[in-house]
Amino acid sequence: MDEKVGVYVCHCGTNIAGTVDVEEVATWSGEQPNVAVARDYKFMCSSLGQELVEQDIKELGLTRVVVAACSPHMHEKTFRGACERAGLNPYLFEMANIREFDSWVTDDREAATHKAKSLIKGAIERVVHHQPLEPLPVEINPNTLVVGGGIAGISAALELADGGFHVYLVEREPSIGGHMAQLDKTFPTLDCSACILTPRMFDVGQHPNITLLSYSEVEKVDGYVGDFTATVRKKARYVNEELCTGCGICVEKCPQSVVDDVFEAGLGQRKVVYTPFPQAVPNYPVIDRENCIYFQRGKCKACEIFCPTEAIDFEQQDELIEIEVGCIILATGYDPFDARRIARYGYGQMANVFTSLEFERMVNAAGPTEGRIVLRDGETQPESIAIIHCVGSRDQNYNEYCSKVCCMYSLKFAHLVHERLPNAEVYNFYIDIRSAGKRYEEFYQRVLAEGANLIRGRAAEVTDVARLPDEEGKLIVQAEDTLIGQQRRIPVDMVVLSIGIQARHDATEVAQIFGLGCDFDGFFIERHPKLDPVFTMTEGISIVGTCQGPMDIPDSVAQGAAAAARVMSMITQGTVMMEPVRASINADQCSGCRICNNLCPYNAIVFHEDDEVSEVITALCQGCGSCVAACPSGAITGAHFTDEQLISQVVGVLWDVRQPELVPAEEG
Amino acid sequence: MTAKEKPKLAMYWASSCGGCDISVLNIGDKILDVDQAFDIALWPCVADFKIKDVKGYPDGYIDLCLFNGAIRTSENEEMAHLLRQKSKVLVAFGSCASEGCIPALSNLTTKEATFKSSYLDNPSTDNPEGVLPQPVTKVPEGELHIPVFYNTVKTLDQVVPVDYVMPGCPPEPPQIWAVLEAIITGAELPAPGGAIIGAGTVAVCEECSREKHEKEIERFYRPHEIVPDPDVCLLEQGIMCMGIATRAGCGALCPEVGMRCAGCYGPLDGIVDQGANMVSAIASVVKAGSGALAGIDEEELAREIGKVMDTIEDPSGTFYRFSMAHSLLTRVRSNGDGAQDGGGR
Repeated sequence: MDEKVGVYVCHCGTNIAGTVDVEEVATWSGEQPNVAVARDYKFMCSSLGQELVEQDIKELGLTRVVVAACSPHMHEKTFRGACERAGLNPYLFEMANIREFDSWVTDDREAATHKAKSLIKGAIERVVHHQPLEPLPVEINPNTLVVGGGIAGISAALELADGGFHVYLVEREPSIGGHMAQLDKTFPTLDCSACILTPRMFDVGQHPNITLLSYSEVEKVDGYVGDFTATVRKKARYVNEELCTGCGICVEKCPQSVVDDVFEAGLGQRKVVYTPFPQAVPNYPVIDRENCIYFQRGKCKACEIFCPTEAIDFEQQDELIEIEVGCIILATGYDPFDARRIARYGYGQMANVFTSLEFERMVNAAGPTEGRIVLRDGETQPESIAIIHCVGSRDQNYNEYCSKVCCMYSLKFAHLVHERLPNAEVYNFYIDIRSAGKRYEEFYQRVLAEGANLIRGRAAEVTDVARLPDEEGKLIVQAEDTLIGQQRRIPVDMVVLSIGIQARHDATEVAQIFGLGCDFDGFFIERHPKLDPVFTMTEGISIVGTCQGPMDIPDSVAQGAAAAARVMSMITQGTVMMEPVRASINADQCSGCRICNNLCPYNAIVFHEDDEVSEVITALCQGCGSCVAACPSGAITGAHFTDEQLISQVVGVLWDVRQPELVPAEEG
Repeated sequence: MTAKEKPKLAMYWASSCGGCDISVLNIGDKILDVDQAFDIALWPCVADFKIKDVKGYPDGYIDLCLFNGAIRTSENEEMAHLLRQKSKVLVAFGSCASEGCIPALSNLTTKEATFKSSYLDNPSTDNPEGVLPQPVTKVPEGELHIPVFYNTVKTLDQVVPVDYVMPGCPPEPPQIWAVLEAIITGAELPAPGGAIIGAGTVAVCEECSREKHEKEIERFYRPHEIVPDPDVCLLEQGIMCMGIATRAGCGALCPEVGMRCAGCYGPLDGIVDQGANMVSAIASVVKAGSGALAGIDEEELAREIGKVMDTIEDPSGTFYRFSMAHSLLTRVRSNGDGAQDGGGR
């Protein structure tokens, strides 16, 4: 191997040079085999630093470049660019991380200098085995699939559609709107949630660039960025959408009512043929087959008899639709925490313990109580209300994370109670108030000024067992008030549990369909938590809104729009260049043992039954290397991570380790 | 060479079991063709030659030397150097010469521990005075010398350069004949320098007729613990078949009759460490617990994985049965504690 390697050691100001003797490392590097030039420089990532590399490639005819600086996550792209500008294939470059892996983890100058040499030696030994690679161009289908019609999905869909690109919006429920449609007011501005949401829902329903598939679910996704095929199950509504005018006569005539567990959170009822709420989009009703008298007992058909357009169709079947798109945006939302899991708060056992979602419906003028705050009997106005924060959140027994929105909506509840029941006392039991957001803290101060009682302490329990006369007939919230250091028992008429945000119960299955990763809480994992928050490791698939973690409405809207912008940028480019770091199978060496077949997280490996060999579909492969490591016969190669490159790097890193003597001297 | 003067063939037996010699004889009546085509220059198993005979040959006198057995003693090493000097073409014949094979499993322990179990602790050995082999013994007539027993077993190519490698424990007779026939007829061989001859280029699975499917293994079985399905891939049934990581050439003899491939034909081209590759492949298809990751406690997952792994009996003897000397492991550290008692696996 005869290559001309240039080695560049970055000071990174004092980040590296403060701990590593960079001059010594550069001098030493210059003495290593294959190294034509070695330099140290204050900031390699600066334009002058990059020019240094470019100049040496041109003037000294370097064939390989090593930059010893920070993590390749930071600047690999930068230096690949410098190589490319100077006419060197960017993959003939290697980065040695002597900052995060070295200078930042020790104060020991001697040890740090030594480790820098080892890392650089590994990079030199590796880079001489690098091969020039070419990025893979992939054409982008300009259509996009958005999964989930909550505010995040609506926001993404509208941005794309307004930009002139076609969107298929798939929603599981009969109507789009998501959780936001259930809410009464939004914090901190107290805008009416429905008032700001429904115009956007209406736009989605009317938009010529949006195909809305409500009451539908994605069952399967094949393909890769630019060319996905999604199979969508359009569930039978038993209502012919082409004939239905949305007049609502069928709903009116339906004799059967059931508790609405979804939209009204169990607080109200709906008919068996129903639209979830008056402003539903689309406004075609759905027949709930489970509870329909006709489907259960074979007679009734009141809806069919009264429908003026003969739109009721009891014979309707589920339909499978194939959609071809270039990119996919997932906005599948969250499940509220199940308050029954915390038995000591008594939800489901004591009538006047409510969840925050029930309370949202209760205070909503369009909800089951028409906005009146009443106890479970539907009449009595409470004189005192306790709001317990962090139910299921910030708790090692349930979810360790903070659900982010509960503090603010709990404060909003306190405000709404003051507004509707000026004489009622409100007690908020909180651990910390988290009001980080634009005008959030001001809202908190306003609620305090309105006279809410904030008690700092996690509520221990809610009980109806009275100890004192004034506790009789009340719900008693017991908590340690940590500001005064005392146990307190507060008797109230109503308790509201501020339940947190959880990943959807079926998030893992959804992740499998789309080839995504889930974290241990079940939320989808973004590509980079800081710098790439809406893309995922699967090219062409974005995640927005609460499916990737707790967030509020403005964040969800922003994420939806951000993903739309990223998708539009890909569409307008027409083709995207993909990293050529992919696996490939040498068919001549593959014995068809099928070890690799079910390993690929991206479903990129296919087995050809006819000639009994496996193949990696290059465009699907994300270069993770699972199959490369697993292949027992060396038939799979990972480009840019070949055995030769990796073993050379290891040997380089261990340059100063004594070779074990195979035969001790006395035996010779 | 003239018609009268036949090419010279040597077959040597270093540290090995003798199976390689038997396998050569197992080519059946073709052995007569071998006799017709070659003059035997050295073959301790079938004809009486002395070392001094070999030392008397001019350099390069032997046209083809099939060297079987690993390098375990000073005698093995001496013969390796001598035969390299005297041979035009030197072949590392069989697994011991090419990879270390069973003898090299003693690289997992020390010479002292090996002696202890061979000469002292062995239930069938009666050695009350605890006599161990000594390289030099003084007797009234003078000094007696026997070969020095090395601490580490090496392959032939770790001692001298070899031209070709014929893998297998032992190499299968049809493959042996194919190679000899090629040499007799003057057919073109691959470029020397350690090239593999007499074997395939893909894994054993290619030659195995069992049905293969996607794999998910919940536990492993030792051969006596299970009656395998006759038609399905043994590995899928939890039998630690090494076929996936082993070079073809044998005709998948073992798996075809329901025994796991033990891996004797060694790793495929480009594979540095057969055992590591096998471990990596197995690790990729183990199914522990429900298989779902989300929501599973990491310690619980580790326990589940541990349960599956505990069903693998004798991992080093399974994954490195033939390839220890040539693997990345090579041997345990001779000053390591584990090596002293000769135990451990």
